[in-house]
Amino acid sequence: MYAVRLWSVRHARGLNRFYQAFEKVMVALHPLWNKIGYDKLEKPFQELEKVSKGFLFDCQMCGQCVLSSTGMSCSMNCPKNLRNGPCGGVRPNGHCEVKPEMKCVWVQGWQGAARMDDGLEKIRNVQHAVDYSIKGKSSWLRVVRMNKKVGEFAPKPVKAPAAKPAAPKAEAPKAQASEGKAA
Amino acid sequence: MNPDLPPHYDPGAPLPNLPGHSSGGRLERILRSGRFAVTAELNPPDSADPRDVYDRALVLSEVCDAINATDASGANCHMSSVGICSLLTRAGYAVIMQISCRDRNRIAIQGDVLGAAAMGVQNILCLTGDGVQAGDQPQAKPVFDFDSTSLLNCITTMRDKGQFLSGRKLTTRPQVFLGAAANPFVPPFEWRGVHIAKKIAAGAQFIQTQYCYDVPLLRQFMEKVRENKLHEKAFFLVGVGPLPSAKTGRWMKSNVPGVHIPEPVLERIEKAKDQKAEGKQLCIDLIQEISEIEGVAGIHVMAYRQEEFVNEIIHASGVMKNRKPRRAPQPASNEPALAATAS
Repeated sequence: MYAVRLWSVRHARGLNRFYQAFEKVMVALHPLWNKIGYDKLEKPFQELEKVSKGFLFDCQMCGQCVLSSTGMSCSMNCPKNLRNGPCGGVRPNGHCEVKPEMKCVWVQGWQGAARMDDGLEKIRNVQHAVDYSIKGKSSWLRVVRMNKKVGEFAPKPVKAPAAKPAAPKAEAPKAQASEGKAA
Repeated sequence: MNPDLPPHYDPGAPLPNLPGHSSGGRLERILRSGRFAVTAELNPPDSADPRDVYDRALVLSEVCDAINATDASGANCHMSSVGICSLLTRAGYAVIMQISCRDRNRIAIQGDVLGAAAMGVQNILCLTGDGVQAGDQPQAKPVFDFDSTSLLNCITTMRDKGQFLSGRKLTTRPQVFLGAAANPFVPPFEWRGVHIAKKIAAGAQFIQTQYCYDVPLLRQFMEKVRENKLHEKAFFLVGVGPLPSAKTGRWMKSNVPGVHIPEPVLERIEKAKDQKAEGKQLCIDLIQEISEIEGVAGIHVMAYRQEEFVNEIIHASGVMKNRKPRRAPQPASNEPALAATAS
């Protein structure tokens, strides 16, 4: 909801602090998640994220949340899906070029970032192109897996120990360097 | 080729990359040598005739270090930037190919970058692009797979790592000089200087700005740029353009996304007896004022439907100083491709 989204930006500092604590708990519970199985958890977590982040941020479930780096203003609400800053078409009143009734997501983002503890540093991170193959997936579980280096983030040689001796070398260049952003 | 001229005066002769340069292009050489650069936008034709491109380029050739080929700017459909660049590079022009993220996804864009580089394109300007609602076909599906910053990152990866975004290797890398756009004249003003730092971090080597009619705002932006030493990392070319009349200015202000024209500027033109002449004079005055600002490396002229005045404006502004006007490339009529169309 638009009004709630604007509220969230005004309370970016508190929300960010809450999320940082929440992330620590999520990561600490990795043994539990692992026991249940990440695949089984995926669906319920997707629903949970969709409802909670949808309410607070109009979350579009890109599956690779960067709210901490966008001043708690969801950049997927930008009609151009810009993840690195505003375009050159922002109206003089700070509203969107495409949707004149909406405040520019990035004008909001910078205001939110200025309120956060480390927002102005994180907003300077260059965000790589969105990975549309994980759209709709849970971003929270992904962060835990990234943190614990499991699942798709498991180190390659460990992942393929049974492979023939020549195989791991051929696999190595495929490793993507575009990961590593915090949610 | 004229044997009396050094090889870089021949527009058709390919240049080698100088040490530390990422392209063999003239624009990068001129900027890195510290000379004041002039680029201009070519108004793309709504036509399939190459002569329309050559005619419009010819009037810009004398003073331009590179010609910008727009990519459906304002979301209006015209001849493609790849097509224009292919024609112009064949005739020996230095071009800046604009790529907008609005119309193509990452698969198409990476292919275009290779194709363009193979055709001799040595400068690429990475843009987000105006929204489809601004153009003549608002029914179109907006793509925006990349944004301008991730696009810069992608082409930098292709050039410097020699691979596609997927990691697949390229056998020959595109040797291109990369640019990005800035608009210091719209909100959030205080962050525009920071935002451009991100684009430079992602690989932008030169910056072309939106139309500047508000020099105080530009000064404020350039102050931020100098504060962060960004003018040492990238070359800033400020956008200018002659206004044909106050009425057109008002129309642009309210209909072209991101164009900011202060009311006193419009009044100055409105009061003049000959509005067109005053528009040209205003452009000359702006160029002179802008070129004095520390950190400005050049000027980018966008004279929509007034290309014929660019030459006059640049000469009158004095920014060319003692630089020799460029020799015009071969006229279009000598193009073998044109003769072939007779069949």
